[in-house]
Amino acid sequence: MISTRGAHDVAERAAREHYGKLLAYLASRCGDVHAAEDALADAFAAAIACWPASGVPRAPAAWLLVAARNRLFDDCRKRQRTERVRERLSAAGRTAERELERDGVLEDERLAMLFTCAHPAIAADVRAPLMMQVVLGLDAARIASAFLIRPEAMSQRLVRAKRKIADAGIPLRVPDVADMPARLDAVLAAIYAAFADAWHDPAASDPRTRGLAAETLWLGRMVVEACPEEPEAMGLLALMLHADARKDARRDAAGAYVPLDEQDVARWNAAQIDEAEALLRRAAGARRIGRFQLEAAIQSAHTARRRRGSADWRAIVALYDELLRVTASPVVALNRAVAIGRAFGPPRGLGALAAIAADPRLENYQPYWAARADLMLRAGKDLEARTAFERALGLTNDPAVRAYLGARLDAVARARAL
Amino acid sequence: MEYVLLLHDDEKRWSVMPEEQFRRETGAYAAYTDALREAGALVSGNPLQPTATATIVSIDADGKTNVLDGPYAETKEQLGGYYVIDVADLDAAIAWAARCPCAATGTVEIRPVADLTIPA
Repeated sequence: MISTRGAHDVAERAAREHYGKLLAYLASRCGDVHAAEDALADAFAAAIACWPASGVPRAPAAWLLVAARNRLFDDCRKRQRTERVRERLSAAGRTAERELERDGVLEDERLAMLFTCAHPAIAADVRAPLMMQVVLGLDAARIASAFLIRPEAMSQRLVRAKRKIADAGIPLRVPDVADMPARLDAVLAAIYAAFADAWHDPAASDPRTRGLAAETLWLGRMVVEACPEEPEAMGLLALMLHADARKDARRDAAGAYVPLDEQDVARWNAAQIDEAEALLRRAAGARRIGRFQLEAAIQSAHTARRRRGSADWRAIVALYDELLRVTASPVVALNRAVAIGRAFGPPRGLGALAAIAADPRLENYQPYWAARADLMLRAGKDLEARTAFERALGLTNDPAVRAYLGARLDAVARARAL
Repeated sequence: MEYVLLLHDDEKRWSVMPEEQFRRETGAYAAYTDALREAGALVSGNPLQPTATATIVSIDADGKTNVLDGPYAETKEQLGGYYVIDVADLDAAIAWAARCPCAATGTVEIRPVADLTIPA
């Protein structure tokens, strides 16, 4: 006999560990992501209700799967789904029970699920959110905040996309070789969006995103394994490994923000960096450069500081030139200006920044104002630096970054007063 | 699953087409129809008469039947034919739609047929 609280904890742990896998397994059998989600939610509710009295089953995931499958059966009956779907579910349930009882491993359909989410018949702007919900198990409100959309609007889009998968008969499987390249781009873009979301929450203060970086890394590994000839898949994994290798160094012992070029390189994860470098070399062998390989190469040039004490800023500028050509992104142009400032001096950095200052997409973009403040300060223009620091301070939503910018603003103000 | 392929094309193109090209294009449709049949995917399919032959019928709030001549709305492309196909999933339907001659000259809209089986 365990407490309700205990059962709740076990069910919740099972939910986090198995959600994506269970959902992908059920959905690929019945062809309806939405119905599978509802069934799984009911199974979790039933677990919390039953386990305090009956005890936690030996294989919690198997229990949840069977409960969800039974619920899907009822649903099939009610909605008169075809005999074919019912047969497939029944067979799938039996195999799954056996697999889980035997070694706790369930056939993994999450890769198929990723490709379904990135299907060309699904609107491009809902693909990443859909993956985050059905493969990573994030809730709509959390996804909405990552994509700066109202939660209700996000919920509606997700529901519409899932309805389309079921009603239009979008298959839940990995595409053929012929369709792979185009479909892969969409998958990689969505994984990167999920990773970037986790990256903006370094302290993992939100328990729902804890482990999200690890999950997206895992998705990246899965895609590389499935598509070993695709350099951009390797590039994305290398990029994520590089960024993740620095996660412990992004905050000091007191939790304060530490900018990249002041981070203690001893706190970078050397094994992960080595793995990223090896991936990048393997990707280069294919001689097909792309956005993710370039971004990973920039990260790689930053890690040169481990060996020679400073990042290879000239190499970084050259890589940003190429990346800007490929993406035409204002954020890339901003980072390029920062790199130019480091490689060739603050005046040239400010020159590059001036070229993009009029872009309305940067007007309320905190990193733009922080970069501008830093360049102004380095160029000796304290007054402009102060104004830019103030603007950046007003635009950040990260307490650690706010504290860091506040401290730098104070320093400028004090220097002026002297 | 059953899907309807709705073929939208510029019907003016067909009305001014030289005879040789007309034979070539209709030949392509015949070959496509045969391929669908060979694959066991064809349920039915037909070209439609031009929109000039269309008649619009509706019944208004007073119960009066209105009959109007002509198409519902003027558009650049018009519904010019359809196929009903039975294939495994949307990917298969997309593959067949892409092979349809209309995909090269106009657009093909894929619509899944709704399953309205009434519970026993």
